[in-house]
Amino acid sequence: MRQHPRYVDMDKCIACGQCAAKCPKKVDDEYNAGLNKRKAIYVPYSQAVPLKYAIDPRYCIYLQKGRCGVCAKVCPSGAINFEDTEKMRTIEVGSVILAPGFRSFDPGRLDTYSYGQAPNVITAVEFERILSATGPFGGHLVKPSAAKAGTAPKKIAWIQCVGSRDINRCDHGYCSSVCCMYAVKQAVMARDHSSGDLECAIFYMDMRTQGKDFDRYLENAKKSGIRFERARVHSVAPPQHGDDLTLRYARQNGDIAEETFDIVVLSTGLEIAPESVALAEKLGVPLNSDHFAATDSFAPVATGKPGIFACGAFTGPKDIPHSVMEASAAAAAATESLSVARHSQTHTLVLPKETDVSGQAPRIGVFVCNCGINIGGVVRVPEVAEYARTLPNVTYVEENLFTCSQDTQDKMAEVIAREKLNRVVVAACTPRTHEPLFQATLASAGLNRYLFEMANIRNQDSWVHANDPDAATRKAKDLVAMAVAKAALLTPLTQTELPMSRNALVVGGGIAGLTAARALARQGFPVHLVEKSDVLGGHGRRLRATWRGEPVGERLAGLIADLEADPLVHIHTNTAVTEVDGFVGNFKTRISTGGGSETIDHGVAILATGAKEYKPKEYLYGQHPAVVTQTELDDLIGAGDERLAGATDVVFIQCVGSRNAERPYCSKVCCTHALRNALAIKAASPETNIYVIYRDMRTYGLREEIFREARAQGVMFFQYDPEAPPAVEAEGDRVRVTFHDHILNRPVAVDADLLALAAAVVSDAENGLAQFFKVPVDGDGWLLEAHQKLRPVDFATDGVFLCGLAHYPKPIDESVSQALAAAARAATFLARDTILVGGVVSWIDPALCTGCGGCIQVCPYNAIAMSEITGMAEVNPALCKGCGACAAACPSEAPILMGFNNRQLYAQIHSALAA
Amino acid sequence: MNPEPFEPKIVAFFCNWCTYGAADLAGVSRLSYPPNIRAIRVMCSATVSPHHVLKAFQEGADGVLVGG
Repeated sequence: MRQHPRYVDMDKCIACGQCAAKCPKKVDDEYNAGLNKRKAIYVPYSQAVPLKYAIDPRYCIYLQKGRCGVCAKVCPSGAINFEDTEKMRTIEVGSVILAPGFRSFDPGRLDTYSYGQAPNVITAVEFERILSATGPFGGHLVKPSAAKAGTAPKKIAWIQCVGSRDINRCDHGYCSSVCCMYAVKQAVMARDHSSGDLECAIFYMDMRTQGKDFDRYLENAKKSGIRFERARVHSVAPPQHGDDLTLRYARQNGDIAEETFDIVVLSTGLEIAPESVALAEKLGVPLNSDHFAATDSFAPVATGKPGIFACGAFTGPKDIPHSVMEASAAAAAATESLSVARHSQTHTLVLPKETDVSGQAPRIGVFVCNCGINIGGVVRVPEVAEYARTLPNVTYVEENLFTCSQDTQDKMAEVIAREKLNRVVVAACTPRTHEPLFQATLASAGLNRYLFEMANIRNQDSWVHANDPDAATRKAKDLVAMAVAKAALLTPLTQTELPMSRNALVVGGGIAGLTAARALARQGFPVHLVEKSDVLGGHGRRLRATWRGEPVGERLAGLIADLEADPLVHIHTNTAVTEVDGFVGNFKTRISTGGGSETIDHGVAILATGAKEYKPKEYLYGQHPAVVTQTELDDLIGAGDERLAGATDVVFIQCVGSRNAERPYCSKVCCTHALRNALAIKAASPETNIYVIYRDMRTYGLREEIFREARAQGVMFFQYDPEAPPAVEAEGDRVRVTFHDHILNRPVAVDADLLALAAAVVSDAENGLAQFFKVPVDGDGWLLEAHQKLRPVDFATDGVFLCGLAHYPKPIDESVSQALAAAARAATFLARDTILVGGVVSWIDPALCTGCGGCIQVCPYNAIAMSEITGMAEVNPALCKGCGACAAACPSEAPILMGFNNRQLYAQIHSALAA
Repeated sequence: MNPEPFEPKIVAFFCNWCTYGAADLAGVSRLSYPPNIRAIRVMCSATVSPHHVLKAFQEGADGVLVGG
């Protein structure tokens, strides 16, 4: 591995920004897509972790020409090191995960959109930055051509599929998967940012909002007045007069239209950068023809090279939830072979015995930091320190140049012992970054880590009131007084260890459940797999092939054989969960099989209970033998049914039971499934006419390939609007399907030998499992994860995870990814011997509790239950996350949030207003 | 004679995970805002009860801001 020099010592840099303020070299800021400038010494973006500066050697005057060096002169901590050199490192690893991401397509390669010539033609990435508070215009929506004047746009167009679904102009045949949703989001946000009546129009081919809750968002956007124009834009003419941009496009009926806009946003697609291609070549990782890492639907994070795994957009265009799932999935896959080495290189921290401070009067030490000149340059630190000495219970005060430096930490530990301090207040930066550091110093000095409080006099004071030193100094004094007042009331908090069962329970024996069970067993954990029916395999048993053509039956058989052969896996078929008790690490679940029942002790549970196919009420389904669902068509194709062999006309109707008022979601799998079946019919009998009547063809991502293939094979496509669905009537053995043809602009009737309906995927939530595990279900019946983007397989309740169709409809590769991800998340608990509970958690004072249960209702983590013995509410500290919602809800203030109790908060309020 | 301009005293409750972080980021980004706010960090805005708000007014606050 080659590590580039950063010319800044990470241990010394305190991210004060003096260097960048004084650096004379301005360059384009890549993070803001070049819309503004940064310096040659910089932090790539304000939320960067770790927050440390770096010198860009391409532009640094000193590194280029040997003079300047201003940053070294102004750096208060001596962090600049021009002598820094490139380092070569060799590390020994058991597996590698590649996550190099994507780059946004550069529309400068196309000559039709005036990109690069007209300043108000921008990419979606540029627009994203314009909308951002940390962007080039501070979050104000202005025309880039008139940013200085602050002129707001009145009309914005988005052009979809720029650099996607286009083999003629950019050789990217695939769909980039994310652009429809981000364009809708940008249009909604643009209107939020706009004071007037901003007109937004999105020009698209198919709106592909197939993700969970995405379709609902799309429909709300339509209702809010955002215009969706199904049209391919021919060109954006450069401005002739002023800066109006003229779009020329063809409406669906063929009419050519021209319309002017203030800003045109190009919804640019995702592509793999040449550096990533080179990396893959170097590592021997095979790529597909679009330069994405080649993967298999049943091993979606394994590359073609054993031991090397991949996740994110590198394996195909995808959104955040799917990328996060894949990241956890890659962690599961990459650690399977390493599980024997688990904990072999971990170190245990040995701490001195904690001093007992109970019964002692508070002796508070206050450390006021100058942070170089970051605080001291604005706030009069000596005055603040003097003031601190006058506060009650303060027995020691000192000023530091850098309180966080290692020598100050060593000294702080000595001072705590020498001065017999039993509370510490640091007035410096923010507890969000530095509290753990100071708490560790307290612990090393034998003081309970919770006897600590910070006053944020940098981020929330000197940095934001730099022009008003008097007010900043007054505020710093108040903040110190508030911290001292709270510190005097702090009590030591303890954490205790609870045992952790190493067993996992997986509920559901479909592809997701089987995959999760196998992954956990391969990590070395015993697994109980519970399946309600008498066979394993779930819906996978009826699917013939994935969209890529992998045989599902064969793979499923292999998966089941692996599990049956694994001594760590206990398979319970014909079994139902009847009772769940306990919590993470300590679940006791009762399962019943036939007449018998048993109790399983387990540490975690994965819910993979799947979904069902909708039984259509529409289009004569169940009333006419020629009408089947796509899954039934699978059976007919698999059996080589004669009805297919003799068919001359087959009609498919999409979105049957999906994307309607009753089920306002997209079932995600049906477009691809239908085309896969269309191609299978065409392969067996090329003469058969196939008519696909659809709303938006959602062959997202690399699946676009089979849409192209279907058109090449002569499958015919007709778009319909939900207001005018096709009509179906019986016509002897056949059914007559009447629908509107947009090109002919007249109704067309086809007498179909077979009508296949893309029936919705519907929830199986009535199985009651969610109630057993006390996890939420959304309005459509899908299990509701803790966070749709960032915690896609977790629940708010610790120790319970989800995967597969129970979460939302999805194809096999995504189910497998999610199952692996759930296994990885579960393993983070199972790998521990014990779980730590306590610290900042709630405790309910039984003397004050009236047993009304109000706290139980507001607790988002199901951490509170009514004690059967006392009739009072009790907090399970293993589940409590310390949010304190219970404390606010209780009319008698019975719940006490440790470390943030009401006495402490009242003391802070009092001090804030005392001066 | 002009009276002193009114400078309100505002007590703010900031959720550790969002608003408090945003207030830190405002500093990192060197944004500027009036120095009238005294922020109290809480672990979730849900822990702020009417009691806290009323207490602040009782103690002389001119405004209370709950950010979460």
